[in-house]
Amino acid sequence: MQRKILSFIGRRRNWTIPYVLFLIVFVVIPMLLIVWFAFSNNEGEFSFTNFRKFWMQPEAMNTFIFSVGIAMITTFLCLILGYPAAYLLSRMESKRAKLLVILFILPMWINFLIRTLATVALFDFLHLPLGEGALIFGMVYNFLPFMIYPIYNILQRTDQSLIEASQDLGANPRQVFLRTTLPLSMPGISSGIMMVFMPVISTFAIAELLTINNIKLFGTTLQENIYNGMWNYGAALSLVMLLLIGMTSLFNSAGSSQTVEEGGLI
Amino acid sequence: MMKRVLSSSYLGLLLVMLYAPILIIIVFSFTEAKVLGNWTGFSLKLYASIFQGGVHHSLTAALWNTLIIGLVAAFASTILGTMAAIGIYNLQPGPQRAVKLLNTIPILNPDIITAISLFLLFVSLRISQGYTTVILAHITFCTPYVVLSVLPRLRRMNANLYEAALDLGATPFHALRRILLPELKPGMISGFILAFTLSIDDFVVTLFTIGNEGLETLSTYIYADARRGGLTPELRPLSAIIFVTVLVLLLVINQRAAKKKL
Repeated sequence: MQRKILSFIGRRRNWTIPYVLFLIVFVVIPMLLIVWFAFSNNEGEFSFTNFRKFWMQPEAMNTFIFSVGIAMITTFLCLILGYPAAYLLSRMESKRAKLLVILFILPMWINFLIRTLATVALFDFLHLPLGEGALIFGMVYNFLPFMIYPIYNILQRTDQSLIEASQDLGANPRQVFLRTTLPLSMPGISSGIMMVFMPVISTFAIAELLTINNIKLFGTTLQENIYNGMWNYGAALSLVMLLLIGMTSLFNSAGSSQTVEEGGLI
Repeated sequence: MMKRVLSSSYLGLLLVMLYAPILIIIVFSFTEAKVLGNWTGFSLKLYASIFQGGVHHSLTAALWNTLIIGLVAAFASTILGTMAAIGIYNLQPGPQRAVKLLNTIPILNPDIITAISLFLLFVSLRISQGYTTVILAHITFCTPYVVLSVLPRLRRMNANLYEAALDLGATPFHALRRILLPELKPGMISGFILAFTLSIDDFVVTLFTIGNEGLETLSTYIYADARRGGLTPELRPLSAIIFVTVLVLLLVINQRAAKKKL
């Protein structure tokens, strides 16, 4: 008996079992619970009430569309601000680049709520109004490092001989960038987009603080519903959001798991 | 030359944008004003009051809770994640892909989905929420990152070493301790640090799993504060201290790593 147990533990693939069990209890079942709650009414019977409500009530729908818009603007700004930064960092000698990368990541060590409140103070200090502009600044400010880091990682690991080859073959700098560097950095870009787009939609607190409660993002709608005990409706809204995530990852055809790993999320 | 100046000034400008709010916190940590942004003269009073026990009991308690939850969650996820990575590495391609896919779900899920799903789990099972539920929730979203930082180490090491140790008569436990763990250590350490960082910075998942028994972490404390319309002034020096500590630590690590290479 004891030998049997030992040989079971000795087989290293069995070491996956505790984690798989953990994932089933804390990831798979909870996700199924969202589906379960979404498709049942307050009495626990199967129904479409929640989705009908989402469709009929313009408030949640409008917040959802507005949030997707804000997220797209933020992601776009992060990309056009972050890509050149990542590119320049990847061109530097490695010691200096490493130091600068650390400087770019460091702000994330300060609690994001404190940083957001400091952004509010900064806007007050510069006599700028709080509102949509402040919201987008705050979002870009919070999520820019998540865009720079994966792109930098990919660019830095790019095989330089490919760039040199395209130069040797007569490509001008513009062509080298568009036909070699940019395509090679796609995994970093798509992992950066994933890291910025979804969190922006789902974040709550940042929007309220930067717009003095004038603008609500979808994350806030979710939170309010759950907090007010409307679990079923909240679950249905979560499912809508999950659908959106599913669609975004489909666009990232490279395969999400691969992207996360190769995009240098770690 | 021109190019270098341009590129440096672009990066410099971005850094100024990133650091402006932090600079404001640090500058205003040296004044007593209640509201962030009011300057009422230089003073170290806020710094002094953090270190006086009992003055801001709830803030100190929140800080301790954050650190304890972070350490326990990071420790547990490092063990669970390292074991899982070793297992995953030795799986057949089919199951391996399945487990890897499962592993990315918590990473791709936005915080709020993880938070709501775990909230529904705990209320469905009628588990009262508190320390345990927060730690379990943090382990849930930290472990995948540990797995992802340990797996590359396994791929890079010589797979025959472990088998050789067994052939030479080592018990599996012995081979694990002497062969596998030393190879995996760098991955485990970076996984641990990542997990700890994610845990202490988390707000959404914590808020949904912490219950309403009065347990607070730094994030939920600040959130409650902000909703009441202001920031406890002591949070300014506290953030400044955390920031400078991390900055110095990272610079030292960076310097040492650079020296090692030479």
